[in-house]
Amino acid sequence: MTISFFYDVGLAVLILGVGTTTIFAHTAFAAVIAFVVYGLLLAIAWVRLAAVDVALTEAAIGGGLTGMLLLGAVARLRHAKVDDIRTGLPVRLVAGVLCALIAAGLASAILLPPAVIPTLAPMVMENLAQSGLGNPVAGVLFVYRALDTLLEKVVVLLALLGVWSLAPDSAWGGIPALRVYARPNATLTFLAQLLPPLGIVVGVYMCWVGAKEPGGAFQGGAILAAMWLLVMIAGLESPPSIGRPWLRLLLVVGPALFLAIGLAGFLLANAFLAYPPGYAKPMIVAVEIALTLSIAVALGMLAAGPPERVRQQ
Amino acid sequence: MTPWLDIFTVAAVSAGALFFLAGTVGLLRFPDALTRLHAVTKVDNLGLGFVVLGLLPQSNGLFGALKLVSIWLLVQLSGAIVTQLIAGAVRQHGPRG
Repeated sequence: MTISFFYDVGLAVLILGVGTTTIFAHTAFAAVIAFVVYGLLLAIAWVRLAAVDVALTEAAIGGGLTGMLLLGAVARLRHAKVDDIRTGLPVRLVAGVLCALIAAGLASAILLPPAVIPTLAPMVMENLAQSGLGNPVAGVLFVYRALDTLLEKVVVLLALLGVWSLAPDSAWGGIPALRVYARPNATLTFLAQLLPPLGIVVGVYMCWVGAKEPGGAFQGGAILAAMWLLVMIAGLESPPSIGRPWLRLLLVVGPALFLAIGLAGFLLANAFLAYPPGYAKPMIVAVEIALTLSIAVALGMLAAGPPERVRQQ
Repeated sequence: MTPWLDIFTVAAVSAGALFFLAGTVGLLRFPDALTRLHAVTKVDNLGLGFVVLGLLPQSNGLFGALKLVSIWLLVQLSGAIVTQLIAGAVRQHGPRG
């Protein structure tokens, strides 16, 4: 029984407590705040499990960006009538039963593990050197499970299309309003002038270091998106209209380059998404850089919401 | 030499923990939003400040120490800004706005 045991138990109890608070919170706003705290605590739990890559993603996406999307949703719902948003008892009951089933499934997987836990980790570590990467997570994401990674990036674009399709016809091709967030004031402007240079350096570093240390396209992209959103919310820069060619180009450049390199694999290495020997690392780094740009723009536009007004020119 | 550094770490981190405790008590017990903000900012600068100060001798090299200090500075910045924003909102709309 070491001191870290008590720390871990305390952390687990805290996570369960905050999770319960999220469910039983009286107002949607309180629930979202508890959810953000929950995300940050989960990030600490991932660090305790030595999964720093996951922790970074959880903090950036689970705590940060999802929290922002949910806060935006709460602000929009304030204008809605209460009757419109209250779901009936049967729906809530079914949701509760399904959640309980998932929890039971996860619990049985963790509490009753097979005698020998199947793992491919030793094989990954043995063959990691071939790819030239130092971070085993990046190795799995871009070498062994590249198809999953590709589809995951395309899903982000689909989500953005879903948000954009909520725009009224008259505002199509217009600019997101961002008006559910704080009105610009001097303090926010100060932060938006001070923080982005620092944040951009951190985001670029996070993307670059992903090949050999924890980090990568998603984490770096999320930080870049946060800096962009800060500048837009502070009113220093207007959000771009969604019809802008450069915006569309940045959105697809990552997945498109990934797909192109994947198809080139047919010619150069005899398989889809295979890399020719010796060139794996430069290709993966190129894809990561392009993906970081695409993810940053996609996450930023996701949080900015559907277009609401047409640019006056 | 090393035991003195360890003692320094324990003392400084404990002082930091004390400020965390005091700040939390203040957050729970103070009567209104502005005084509660006052309590929370003590945690940000003094609480975390003492923890970082205590960890400096334990960091690996100059870069580790610089990272710790920059974490403290960033928390200072975000704490100060968020406090200003919340206080501004309270002043404009009242504590329940």
